[in-house]
Amino acid sequence: MSATSAGLSTAAVAGAGGVEPETPVRAARRGRGWWRWAVFAVLGLYFLVPLAASTWFTLRSRDGVTADVYTGIPTAEGFAENLGRSLLLGVLTVVIALLLMVPTVVLVELRLPRWRPVVELLTLVPLLLPPIALVVGVRSVLAWAPDHFYGTPLAEAFFALQEPALPWILVLVYVVLALPFVYRALDAGVRGAQLRTLTEAARVLGASWPRLMLTVVLPVLRTSVLNAAFITLALVIGEFTVANILGFETFPTWIVRISGSQPRLSVAVSVLSLLLTWALLLLISALDRRRREEDPA
Amino acid sequence: MPFLLYVAVFLLLPVGVLAVEAFRAVDPVTFEESWSTANLGAIAEGAYARSYAGSLRLSAITAVLGAVLGLALAFAVVTSRRGRLLRRLVLTASGVLANFGGIPLAFAFIATIGTQGVVTAVLTGPLGLDGFSLYSMTGLALVYLYFLVPLMVLTIVPAIEALRPQWREAAEVLGASRWQYWRHVGGPVLAPPVLGATVLLFASAFAAYATARALVGSSVPLVTLQIADSLSSNVIVGAENLGKALALGMVVLVGLVMVFYTWVQRRASRWLA
Repeated sequence: MSATSAGLSTAAVAGAGGVEPETPVRAARRGRGWWRWAVFAVLGLYFLVPLAASTWFTLRSRDGVTADVYTGIPTAEGFAENLGRSLLLGVLTVVIALLLMVPTVVLVELRLPRWRPVVELLTLVPLLLPPIALVVGVRSVLAWAPDHFYGTPLAEAFFALQEPALPWILVLVYVVLALPFVYRALDAGVRGAQLRTLTEAARVLGASWPRLMLTVVLPVLRTSVLNAAFITLALVIGEFTVANILGFETFPTWIVRISGSQPRLSVAVSVLSLLLTWALLLLISALDRRRREEDPA
Repeated sequence: MPFLLYVAVFLLLPVGVLAVEAFRAVDPVTFEESWSTANLGAIAEGAYARSYAGSLRLSAITAVLGAVLGLALAFAVVTSRRGRLLRRLVLTASGVLANFGGIPLAFAFIATIGTQGVVTAVLTGPLGLDGFSLYSMTGLALVYLYFLVPLMVLTIVPAIEALRPQWREAAEVLGASRWQYWRHVGGPVLAPPVLGATVLLFASAFAAYATARALVGSSVPLVTLQIADSLSSNVIVGAENLGKALALGMVVLVGLVMVFYTWVQRRASRWLA
């Protein structure tokens, strides 16, 4: 499987695109650019028309153009509650994923390089494994609680994980789904930094491991951590399959639920969430570039 | 390492349970569970087999189309002369669409070419075109490409950027034509990442559930929709285990694709060396 992980992991899932350094690729010669404009024109139309049409769909009404769908979003039934829940799930997932993966990536880089292929392979699996298969498995495990463990503390714990107000089980599954993105973002950061030299210097100067993590490793990896956190957050806010199969209501399942009765609202929320995510991603990529220019190391 | 423990509990355990419980069947009369291959037999025929075929065909077609279009877009962006801002816009937009699309994409397309869609009105009204339905395989393919093309761009841009200008210059100095450069240098270097990306696109399309659910409900034979249906069914006894068998079938199919991919990569690397 080494060929597998090499082929996919190098390229796959840059996720929050545009953060790798730009390498100079020679611009094509004059007179040969027509195909480029053809590609831009065709795909540009394909990608822009649905966004433009959706926006028009939300603005048009019997008496002309109105933005009342957008002004009605904040007070729409369930909007604040479900967006809030999805955001909270996202933040919890980010925290757990980082707590789990930052030490793992650092440990693999500094102490256990032999484990790198194993970690790489395991973090690649959630990318290829259909989430619906994973969640069917999770559902089966959760069904053990009433079937096999009824009346034991373990069953209580299982039920506690499935509290509809804050379903921790979603957080735990989302961490798995986020692993490929988090691992690759952090791994890129670790490879770019002279982590070994820095940690050796810190150890020689008498820093403890926890202190080293907080004052040396995290600052060096801050762009990667930011990247990983953002991808994870966006992943969780947009995740539908797991929440739907396990029967919890989150932001995306709410959009689907209201689409029958309020189609314009569901489209408006969809377009807004796409554009907002894009704006945030652009901002992060711009910040990252500025940092890179200030501090080329 | 806590990492290994976590992966074991939340990734390997559920898949393992899936693999075991797919072989359990519930007797419709006594409600007793027993070991059986009835589920696996059931998913290999009828509507279930059709849904696998539907999913495989849709994923294969959209993966290849997405790979070709994505490759073209990636080349256009990378070699563009005033590329910096464009590059950043395209890559960030790709990041959004490839990873977080799902539900929002489905609704954007419903608003555009659904029954009440803005573009539908133009097409069927003034242009008189009719007969296209978003709520079909073709419609789904159109929507899938909306996240597969960006996924291809994200995946392949680093590989294109790794093509050194010096290679091309060396080839030109030695008198190679554009075609010869791509035939003997650029093509062979790009082939493995392109293949890998296509496999990723295939897996992504095969696993897609959110878009299909929001768009077509369960009117199109797709295995992800069948799984969800069998899990929510209260009518058929043991449907839950059937869902597990269907999910296990997906895992096995993705595994087979990966084995094939690894084999091709091996062959390719031997041939290149």
